[in-house]
Amino acid sequence: MRITQGTFSFLPDLTDEQIKKQVKYCIDRGWAVNIEYTDDPHPRNTYWEMWDLPMFDLKDPAGVMLEINACREACPNHYIRVSGFDATRGWETVRLSFIVNRPPHEPGFRLERTEVKGRHIRYGVQPYATDKPEGER
Amino acid sequence: MAADIGAAEGNQRYRSGVIPYKKMGYWDPDYEPRGTDVIALFRVTPQKGVDPEEAAAAVAGESSTATWTVVWTDRLTACEVYRAKAYRVDQVPNTEDQYFTYIAYDLDLFEPGSIANLTASIIGNVFGFKAIRALRLEDMRIPVAYLKTFQGPATGIVVERERLDKFGRPLLGATTKPKLGLSGRNYGRVVYEALKGGLDFVKDDENINSQPFMHWRDRFLFCMEAVNKASAATGEVKGHYLNVTAGTMDHMIERAEFAKDLGSIIVMIDLVVGYTAIQTMAKWARDNDMILHLHRAGNSTYSRQKNHGMNFRVICKWMRMAGVDHLHAGTVVGKLEGDPHMTAGFYDVLRESYVPQNLEHGIFFDQEWASLNKVMPVASGGIHAGQMHQLLHYLGEDVVMQFGGGTIGHPMGIQAGATANRVALEAMVLARNEGRDIMAEGPDILKQAAKGCKPLQSALDTWKDVTFNYESTDTADFVPVETPSM
Repeated sequence: MRITQGTFSFLPDLTDEQIKKQVKYCIDRGWAVNIEYTDDPHPRNTYWEMWDLPMFDLKDPAGVMLEINACREACPNHYIRVSGFDATRGWETVRLSFIVNRPPHEPGFRLERTEVKGRHIRYGVQPYATDKPEGER
Repeated sequence: MAADIGAAEGNQRYRSGVIPYKKMGYWDPDYEPRGTDVIALFRVTPQKGVDPEEAAAAVAGESSTATWTVVWTDRLTACEVYRAKAYRVDQVPNTEDQYFTYIAYDLDLFEPGSIANLTASIIGNVFGFKAIRALRLEDMRIPVAYLKTFQGPATGIVVERERLDKFGRPLLGATTKPKLGLSGRNYGRVVYEALKGGLDFVKDDENINSQPFMHWRDRFLFCMEAVNKASAATGEVKGHYLNVTAGTMDHMIERAEFAKDLGSIIVMIDLVVGYTAIQTMAKWARDNDMILHLHRAGNSTYSRQKNHGMNFRVICKWMRMAGVDHLHAGTVVGKLEGDPHMTAGFYDVLRESYVPQNLEHGIFFDQEWASLNKVMPVASGGIHAGQMHQLLHYLGEDVVMQFGGGTIGHPMGIQAGATANRVALEAMVLARNEGRDIMAEGPDILKQAAKGCKPLQSALDTWKDVTFNYESTDTADFVPVETPSM
């Protein structure tokens, strides 16, 4: 399967040229670009690991591309996402977030149903990727 | 000053009997509204022969302290303060008998945090008043002091996106169709297919509550199976707006609690439940980490005609104060009423932190929103993937675009319909961010995206250039006029 988190997951994987244009879009708006990676694609896994701090002062998309490629090299089997953070009052949040690297195999999720009472079912979504402990994946 | 405008004073003012509203003190052209005043702008059509200023004073009187005759008990109050003041009357451009009337109300006329109380004055008895032929509430300026007594949107655009983990693009939805008649099991099928295919939300329609063909608990149970299964299939947070509208407040809360127990992230209500029910649900939603969707069922009965009723932008203001997170606000290009300029005004009212006066968009006052959360507008009704460039251009990215027929009516099935919409959307956002002129290149961008996506090609072929080009009834009274260069 292919997880479809992020702004452009329904399109073919973006080329570096396309990624660079999106990075430029963020920088032109004064947003800080941030790179994060994880091997746990649970839809509510908010806190992916940070590849260093958000690049508040980096104004050159080429510099961001260097960081993305360094992260890809270090974590080739992880999901990597690039996001643009807008510190403007009233927003102070992520304004764009898209995946730039995926593991070669995406095993997907197990839907766990627990019958509670009557017809009420409690649902849980478990990534197969996290079946092993964090250090052994 | 008083002598100039003809307001009576002292025992002249309080002699028993009937005197004109202007003389009662409800007309004051020298009045300077205070920062804490509530200001209302009405379009007044006086009865033939009634002086516009007298009609304005009558509206001010009847929407604040006046009755038809003089009462001495006014003198037991600080009545000059409590009287609303009509302070400005302008003839509406291109009309003969309509007048924009500005009326200021002291803050103490209103109960803190109550839309019901505010509206009982502003759109209460006054709309049936005989001296005016027609009356329309066009806009309001709500002072910060009053806004701060309201909760505002339970969740707001920022936190909704953070909870959904979806940024940088409009959200996608669809309303389950047919809107009436499906059993719970069949209904859930539509929800699952649409969510798995790529939509973020599916929605109950306004009139799906608890009917013989599908009782509400059955719908909720099957929909949550669909939502969770689709979430596992895609790795995304998904939702279905479960409509909790019911005959009593107790039933609404019961349904909302059940939705929460089942793990739903969102519930919905209809505008017809009334302002107090909406505020109650907004508080419940804030207390229970729930997104609150409002379907504007019923608004067109009073918002569509230009001379009587109220403009939808006022509903937008009241609903932001009341605390809903989603509100249907027009599509521009779809099947329902919506002039592009007027719609832009509604969207600004819902989404911006500060909205400056903009007469072309029907915004008469500067409005500071005092950090009340932003409402996510919803564009729904007769839209399809082929219009994606127009939708993104007119509506921006903080909006839920709902393709009901455009998803479920897809020739290759519901999943394909959803995928077509999602691919079209992402391709258009990508192109816009790259700096391309999407209004000019839109059809081309879609054609390119369809090369790698058969469902999108099929959607483009099916609906081609379907649009609904009817003239809007609610349009701006002010249009820009070119000034001849000298």
